[in-house]
Amino acid sequence: MIWLILLPLLWASLAFVLEPGRGKWLAITGLAMQTWLAFDLAQKVGAGGSAIFHAVGGWGAPLGIDLTADGLSAAMLLLTQCVALPLAVYASAYYKRDDAAGAYFWPLAGFLIAGLNALFLSADLFNIYITLELVGLAAVGLVAAGGGAQQVATALRYLFATLVGSGLYLLGVALIYGAYGTVSIAVLTPLVTSEAPRLVWIAGGLMLVGLLLKTALFPFHFWLPPAHGGAPAPVSALLSALVVKASFYLILRLWIGPFAPLIAVAEWLAWGPAALGTLAIFWGSWRAIRAERLKMLIAYSTVAQLGYLFLIFPLLTGHGAIQAGVMQAFAHGLAKAGMFVAAGVFIKATGQDKVSGLAGVVERLPITLFAFGLSCMTLMGLPPSSGFLAKWLLIEAALDRGYWWLVVVVLAGGLLAAVYVFRVLRQAFLLAPASTPLAAVPRTLEWTAFALATASVLLGLRGVELVQLVGVPA
Amino acid sequence: MTMNELLPMAVLATSLLPGLAIFALPEGWIVLRTTLNLFGAIAKLVLVAVLLAGVAAGEEYGVRFAVLPGLDLAFKADALGLLFVSLSAVLWLFTTFYAIGYLEGAPHRSRFFGFFSLCVTATMGIAMAANLFTFFVFYELLTLSTFPLVVHRGTDKAMKGGTIYLAYMLIGGTALLTGIVWLHHLLGHTEFAHTGIAAALGPEYAGQLKIIFLLLIAGVGVKAALVPLHGWLPQAMVAPAPVSALLHAVAVVKAGAFGIVRIVYEVYGVEFAQSLDLLTPLAIMAAVTIVWGSFRALLQDDLKKRLAYSTVSQVSYITLGIALFGPIGTIGGLVHLVHQGIMKITLFFCAGNYAETLGIHKVSEMDGVGRRMPLTTLAFSIGALGMMGAPLTAGAISKAWLSEGATAAGMDWAIWVLWTSSLLNAAYFLPILWRTWLRPAPVAWPEEHIPARGWRETALLLLLPPLVTATMTLAAGMLAESPGSPLVWAKLIAEREYRQGVTLP
Repeated sequence: MIWLILLPLLWASLAFVLEPGRGKWLAITGLAMQTWLAFDLAQKVGAGGSAIFHAVGGWGAPLGIDLTADGLSAAMLLLTQCVALPLAVYASAYYKRDDAAGAYFWPLAGFLIAGLNALFLSADLFNIYITLELVGLAAVGLVAAGGGAQQVATALRYLFATLVGSGLYLLGVALIYGAYGTVSIAVLTPLVTSEAPRLVWIAGGLMLVGLLLKTALFPFHFWLPPAHGGAPAPVSALLSALVVKASFYLILRLWIGPFAPLIAVAEWLAWGPAALGTLAIFWGSWRAIRAERLKMLIAYSTVAQLGYLFLIFPLLTGHGAIQAGVMQAFAHGLAKAGMFVAAGVFIKATGQDKVSGLAGVVERLPITLFAFGLSCMTLMGLPPSSGFLAKWLLIEAALDRGYWWLVVVVLAGGLLAAVYVFRVLRQAFLLAPASTPLAAVPRTLEWTAFALATASVLLGLRGVELVQLVGVPA
Repeated sequence: MTMNELLPMAVLATSLLPGLAIFALPEGWIVLRTTLNLFGAIAKLVLVAVLLAGVAAGEEYGVRFAVLPGLDLAFKADALGLLFVSLSAVLWLFTTFYAIGYLEGAPHRSRFFGFFSLCVTATMGIAMAANLFTFFVFYELLTLSTFPLVVHRGTDKAMKGGTIYLAYMLIGGTALLTGIVWLHHLLGHTEFAHTGIAAALGPEYAGQLKIIFLLLIAGVGVKAALVPLHGWLPQAMVAPAPVSALLHAVAVVKAGAFGIVRIVYEVYGVEFAQSLDLLTPLAIMAAVTIVWGSFRALLQDDLKKRLAYSTVSQVSYITLGIALFGPIGTIGGLVHLVHQGIMKITLFFCAGNYAETLGIHKVSEMDGVGRRMPLTTLAFSIGALGMMGAPLTAGAISKAWLSEGATAAGMDWAIWVLWTSSLLNAAYFLPILWRTWLRPAPVAWPEEHIPARGWRETALLLLLPPLVTATMTLAAGMLAESPGSPLVWAKLIAEREYRQGVTLP
C-alpha cells in the first residue's frame, strides 16, 4: 500500500534529476506498476470485505502515520492510476524532446499523483491537509509550466483559489484539534456527537467551504475553466479527471464519517450541496453551449458534470448513493480525460482551438473523433456507458427516497449535455473547406484518447465489481 | 457457455464484428470490405434459420450478463423477437447489396458500412432484448449509430435534418428511460414475460402504471413515428437511399413499433393493459396517425417524402393491430410488421433507382418512366399495390386480419379507418402508377447517370434487390398459409401471448 505513494515520488524525483527523455519511461513503468498495485489492493479490499490498515514503519497512531484503505478509497486509487497511466503515455508523445514544459511535466505529475494516492490512503485530517497542499501546488505548477504571461496569470488565480481552500480546511482542522485533541479520523468518529459544541460546527463549515472551493462547485467554479481550458492537453486531463475528484472524495468521506452525527440532526444541510450541484449542472451546461473555444467548452462541461457528484448528498441516508457518486466519478474521470486528450489532438492538427474550426476532422482524424464521440456518449449518459450506469444508480436512489426533482435534474442535464457535445460532433462531420491543411499527429496520441474513451464505455457493460467494491465498509 | 447461450450472441456478433473491422479498413480496400459485409450478413441468416427451427421446436435461447447488482443485460431469442430478427437479417442482406451498388465510387464508404453494421447490431439487440433495460441500451445505440448515416453527406441540409432527428430521438429516449427506471423501481426488474409483469403490482398502483405506460409509449412512439411525434421522419429523408430504406423499413420505425408490441404484450400484458383502459387511447392515436400520414402523403411532390409520410401511416397499422384487443388483431399487427417492411423497402429501393439512374426525385418528373425502366417500375407497382392492400399481395393479408380483428374486438370504427386509409393510399399511389406507365416520356431525363444496356435498365446491384423484395411481397400474399410464412409465425406468437388458449380461424 505504501508503494502507491513511494513509487510516484521516486519516479518524480528521478525524472527531475534525469533528462525528461529518460524520465518519461521511468514514469510510465512506475505508473504501470502502480496500476497493478491499485488493482491488487482493490481485490484484497473486495475479497476481505473490510478496510485494510497499514502503520508506516510499524508506528501506528497516535505517534506514527496510519494508512487505511476501504472500498471507497480503493476505488478512487484505481481510478487515479487507470487515468494517469494512459495520460502518461499520451504526454510522452505530446511533448517534444526539447519542450521546456515537458521537462517540468514529469516531476510535477509525479508529485501530483503521489499526493492524490496519499490523500486517498490517509487516516488523519492533518496528513490529508499536507496531501491537499501537495496536490494543489503540483497542479498550479503544471498549469504554469512553460507557459507565457497568460498562463502564469491563470495559474496565479488557481493558486489563490487552492490556497484559500486549503487554508480554510486547515483552520477547520485546527479547531477540531482544539476541541478533541486528535486529528485521527478513526479516533474522532465516536467522539463527535450530535451535542457537539458550536465550535465543531464552525470547523465543519470551514472545511466544507474550503473543499467546495477546491472542487469548483458552482459558484466556486470561477477558477476552473481558465485553468483547465488554458493548460496543455495532458495537464487539463489530469486536473479535470482527477484533481477535483480528490476534494470531492474528502467531502464525502467526512460527511459520512466523523461529521455524520451532526448531519443527522440537521438533515436539511444536505440540500445545500444538492442545490448548488443543480445550479452547476445548468450553469455549466449553458456556458458550454455558448463556448466558442473547444477546451473552454470541455472545461465548462466539467463544471456541469461535477454538479452530479453533489446530487447524491440528500440521498446518502438511503442506499446506493455512494455507488452512484463513485460511478459518476469514474465515468467523468475516464471520459473527460479522453475528451481533453482528443481535443489536444484536434488542436495540434488544426493549429487552433475554435469549435468552428473543426469542420472536416472526421475525414482526417477518424480515430480521435470516434474517441471523442465515445466520451460524449458517457457524458450524455447514454447507454452503454458508465455515465449511463451512474445516472441509473442516481435516479434509482432518488426514486427510493421519492425525490422526483432530482430525477428531473439528472435527465435534463443529460439533454443539455447532448446539446453541447453535438455542437462539436456536428461541426466535425461538416464538409471541410478544401484548403485547410492538417498537421500530422503521432498515432500514440490518437490511440490513448481512444483507450480512455473506450474504457469509459466498457465500464458501462460491467459495473458489478466496482459497485460491490464501493460497498465495502470503512 | 452452452450452445443455446452462444447463438443469440453470435447473431449480434455477425454484424458487430464486421462493423468494427470495417471502421479500421482503409477506404480503398473494397474487396475485403464487401467480403466482410456479405460474410456477416449471410452468416447471420444461417444463424437465424437455426434459431427459427429451434424455437419452432420449443427450444429456448437466452443469455444474461450482470451489469450492476440486480441489473442484467439479458437476451432471449423467442418467437416474437425472431420475427423482427429474421425480417432485419433478410432485409439487411438485400440492403447491403443495394448499398454496395448505390455507393460505388462515393467517398467515406468505410464509415458508412461501419455504422450501417452497428445499426443492424442495434436492431438485433432490440429484437432479442429480454428486459426493458437491455431494450433501452440498444434503442439508444440505434439512435447514435443512425445519426452518422443520416448526416452522411455532410451538407448543411443533411446537418439540419440530422439535428432534428437527434433532438426527437434523444427527448423520446429520455421519456423512455424515465418510464423504465420508474417501473424498475416499482417491480425490482423489467424482464419481458408472456402475459406481462405489471399485473403483479396491486390495484393501488394503477395510476402510476398509467403514467409509466404513457412515458414508455411516448418514448418508443417517437421512433414508431406516431403523430404528433413523427416530425423527424420526413426530415431524415436527406439521407442516402439505402439509409432511408433501412430506416423506414427495418431499423428505426420498426424498432419503435416492436417496442410497442413488447410493452403492451410482455410488460403490461394485453389483458391487463385492457383492464387499465390503455388500449383504446392507443388505438385512437394509431388511427389518427394512419389517416393523418396518408393525408400528408397526398400533398407531397417529392417522391421520398411521399413515401416517408406513407410510412408514418403504415407503421401505425401495426400499433392499431396491437391495440385491438384480441388475438386476431394481434396477428394482423404482427404480420404487418413484416409485410410493411418488405413492401416499403421495395418502394425505397425503386425511388433510389430513379434518382441514381435518371435523376428523378419528384413525382411530377416520373412521366413515362415505366418505359425506360420497366423492371424497377414493375417492382414499384407491386409495392404500391401492396400498400393499398390489393389482392394477391402481402398488404391484402395484413388488412384482412386487421379488419377481422377490429370486428372481433367490437371496434367497428377501426374498419372505417382502414378503409379511409386504403382510399387515400390509392389516391397517392395510383396517380404515380398512371404517370409511369401511361403518360409519354419527356424528351430528356433530369440527369441521366447510368445508361441502359439491353434489359439492364440500371446497375445490376441496384436492380436485383427491389425485384427480389417485390417477389417476396407477392409470395407473402399468395402463399400466406404455407409453413414458414410470416402469417403462420404470427399465429404462433399470438397463441403464446394470450393467457387463455386461443382458437384461431
